[in-house]
Amino acid sequence: MCRIGSIKSKVPVHPSKALHLMLPQQEGHDNSGFAMVMQDLYGTFANYKDKPLLSMACTQKGNQMVEEYMDAHNFVQLAEWIPIPDKRPGLDIQAMPYYVFRNYDFPEHYNELSEEEKQNVLLDTRLALRKMLEEAGEGFVYSFWPDVLTLKEIGDPRDIATYFHLWDDHGGLMAKNIVVQCRQNTNYDIVRYAAHPFFLQGYTLCANGENTFYTKNKEFQKSLHRGYIGFESDSQCFLYTLHYVLHELKWPINYYKHVITPLPFEEIEEREDKEVLKAIRQSLAHLEINGPNTIIATLPDNRMITCCDSKKLRPVVLGQDENMIAISSEVCGLNEIMPDRDREKDIYPNEREVIVIDNELEVQRWKQ
Amino acid sequence: MEAVKTQDVSVNDLSWKIEYNAERCTMCGSCVATCSFKAIEVKTQAQSIVVSTDSQPNPEHRHIARPIICQKASLTDYCRGCGMCEKVCPNNAIRPVRNVDTRQVLLSKDSGPIKRGGRTNLNAQRTLDSIVVGRISQMTDPSLDSARHTFDIRSPLGRVLSPKELPFRLENGKMVMDHKAPPVNWIYPLIFSDMSIGALSTRAWEAVALACAYLNEKCGLPVRMSSGEGGMPVKLMESDYLKYFILQIASGHFGWNRIIKAIPHMVTDPAGVLIKIGQGAKPGDGGLLPAAKVAEHVQAIRGVPKATLSSPPNHQGLYSIEESVQKMHLSLNAAFGFRVPVAIKCAASATSVSVYNNLLRDPYKICGGFFLDGIQGGTGAANEVSLDHTGHPVVSKIRDCYNAAVKQGLQGQIPLYGGGGIGLTGNAAADAFKMICLGANGVFVGKVLIQLLGCVGNEHGRCNSCNTGKCPMGICTQDPRLVKRLDVDKGAQKIVDYVLAFDAELRKLMAPIGNSSLPVGRSDALVSTDKAIADKLGIQYVC
Repeated sequence: MCRIGSIKSKVPVHPSKALHLMLPQQEGHDNSGFAMVMQDLYGTFANYKDKPLLSMACTQKGNQMVEEYMDAHNFVQLAEWIPIPDKRPGLDIQAMPYYVFRNYDFPEHYNELSEEEKQNVLLDTRLALRKMLEEAGEGFVYSFWPDVLTLKEIGDPRDIATYFHLWDDHGGLMAKNIVVQCRQNTNYDIVRYAAHPFFLQGYTLCANGENTFYTKNKEFQKSLHRGYIGFESDSQCFLYTLHYVLHELKWPINYYKHVITPLPFEEIEEREDKEVLKAIRQSLAHLEINGPNTIIATLPDNRMITCCDSKKLRPVVLGQDENMIAISSEVCGLNEIMPDRDREKDIYPNEREVIVIDNELEVQRWKQ
Repeated sequence: MEAVKTQDVSVNDLSWKIEYNAERCTMCGSCVATCSFKAIEVKTQAQSIVVSTDSQPNPEHRHIARPIICQKASLTDYCRGCGMCEKVCPNNAIRPVRNVDTRQVLLSKDSGPIKRGGRTNLNAQRTLDSIVVGRISQMTDPSLDSARHTFDIRSPLGRVLSPKELPFRLENGKMVMDHKAPPVNWIYPLIFSDMSIGALSTRAWEAVALACAYLNEKCGLPVRMSSGEGGMPVKLMESDYLKYFILQIASGHFGWNRIIKAIPHMVTDPAGVLIKIGQGAKPGDGGLLPAAKVAEHVQAIRGVPKATLSSPPNHQGLYSIEESVQKMHLSLNAAFGFRVPVAIKCAASATSVSVYNNLLRDPYKICGGFFLDGIQGGTGAANEVSLDHTGHPVVSKIRDCYNAAVKQGLQGQIPLYGGGGIGLTGNAAADAFKMICLGANGVFVGKVLIQLLGCVGNEHGRCNSCNTGKCPMGICTQDPRLVKRLDVDKGAQKIVDYVLAFDAELRKLMAPIGNSSLPVGRSDALVSTDKAIADKLGIQYVC
């Protein structure tokens, strides 16, 4: 089972905090990988918050291909962090030759573009890079977005952290938002793209669970947006639905839960907004998930959300202190990084609840 | 010998032979009285027998004339194997036996096309039986508890808009409907299929209607029933129960005079309108009600004289799909103020996907359902050649239609309902579940319902005489003496019990795949033990 976690903090935190959140949750032969998305970055990338940041793992040739592509498309390279790995023997990691985290400036002629058009350029560039590297078998592109960094690798999370010097807390890599997960998706082929969190145009999401309507979701989502690709994991569908409801349909966040876990008809009939809820259930029937799961997501404005399936077959808990809120599949993770918090304030969201944390760490919770 | 010619029909030429045991017969006459086909008669037979009536053996040879029950050697009054004689005989003295040497099909041709009711006897192969629900939740995600979890077993009937077409407006952070959307009724995924008053006896139709109402009012299952072509009793149309009925309009438009007149007096809307283009059992034909069944009350409901009522093969005036949408769909939508979904029923065909694709492009968004009827569907009367040699299996066709919609991202917008052979081997729930996983929103059943009422017809030539007006069970006849054999309440109860079992079984299938709402299009839940079927349907082959 995937354990998932996230940290939202008023002060920037190191990835090691996220690792400490996750490691106590290990059971059996879990912890077969490490993946995190950091948003609102500090350290190396602090001065380039509005510049798109490319996160990828590749071969030397792959790196070269990407450089050529970006040059050809007039992206100007700014800051860069290429980790020098700790290659001590005995580490459990299936490392790629290169990990590249690089800021770019938009080509000049893009300055006239609207914000939405710029977002589309970033998406299309990432998709093009991914396609290019995928076809050549030379690497993986995880995100290309301002102020967002993605790191994914296969192996023991402790060793992966050692490899990337994440235990050092060197100050170069910090963020106010981290979404993290410590398992490769081992139910299918081991594919780096299958490890959540997933990222699309400012939306980050990881999920603990099964999407039993994966086939239905996938078949429908394929036709909804060019960015809905891959489907290496059934959890990607959650992200695409989040993106579709908020970014494409531009519906308020309240309606996401109505799409993925709609109310039973009997309950809908008793509601004032039954016409709207029925219309949603009808038209988005193929985006229902109907399996056990919990999701944690970050929105483009860095708000963080969490909710569970309608039968609450998967756990989640939220803990908080003055400067930080953490969400975790299991409470032992919270106990590790926030031992002194007021545990009575812990929130165990119910099956109909959505929790949204804003940037002031105010927690909103409501029933769908 | 000279009196007998080779061409004379003998009992051995018929499909069923009567096995009669004169020693057991008490001459009560029940069998002869009950045989609606007049296939047996009382005859006097000269017999030469040895009897002994004394207290000591004293055999005596006698010639006597003795009454016996005898099968007619006739191509008109022949035994259909219904078994009523056996059912009424108090002494087990008589029963029909299948005759493997029958020549009846050959010999009957010269009196015009053979007409028959029931299902095809030739294409009764079962695709669905080589499919099993094979994706069971084990460890990765928990199976549900079919008895304790809540399940949302509902299907849409009506035109579903794409998400971007929804008429939503934001008001204080909440979405509200800016204007009306096409009507959609969420119903139980099992529809009682269109069997008309005429095809069915009034009692049989009443029993089905009664079961439908009971399931709604007492069991909370929103089962809907299609009227069939030929209208409904005015009292029913003007009652609150109309909401459980889908009014059918077929090419003969029978009954619509009274429906139109009843509209101003309706206190509620019907559940839907179903335009019947064709049916799976006799594709290319319209409805066919032989004169024998056009009784006085049928004449009254339909407004016709006593004559064979053959509906035309197509709706007069419609020459294209676009035209049907523009004329029939629009006018029927308008007739009920755009509050009632209007769906269309076609015989499954090699062309079904084209039709479905075209309907999906309907710019008015008014086609509220596509009903596909497969070759294994039942009929009240069809030419036997149609029944056995025309049509198209429904399973792959539903899948093809669903996949065609998937390709365009339009799945679910026009709900798909599949019928024709659902429940052929008794378990309609398993059939329905598999159809749903393949892309159907629901199924419709007809034959199963009348089998529950007592119909003994099957796919091996038993009875199948719905066209004759002599239905021995009182189901497909208008003869008041035969109709009286049917107990309406008991019949309705059988249907209700079956549907309740259907519901429980549907849950029992949803639970192990971990779904609490219908897995429409969840083909990954199915596997097939037949490679060709697996390949065709795009599901996993297993062995």
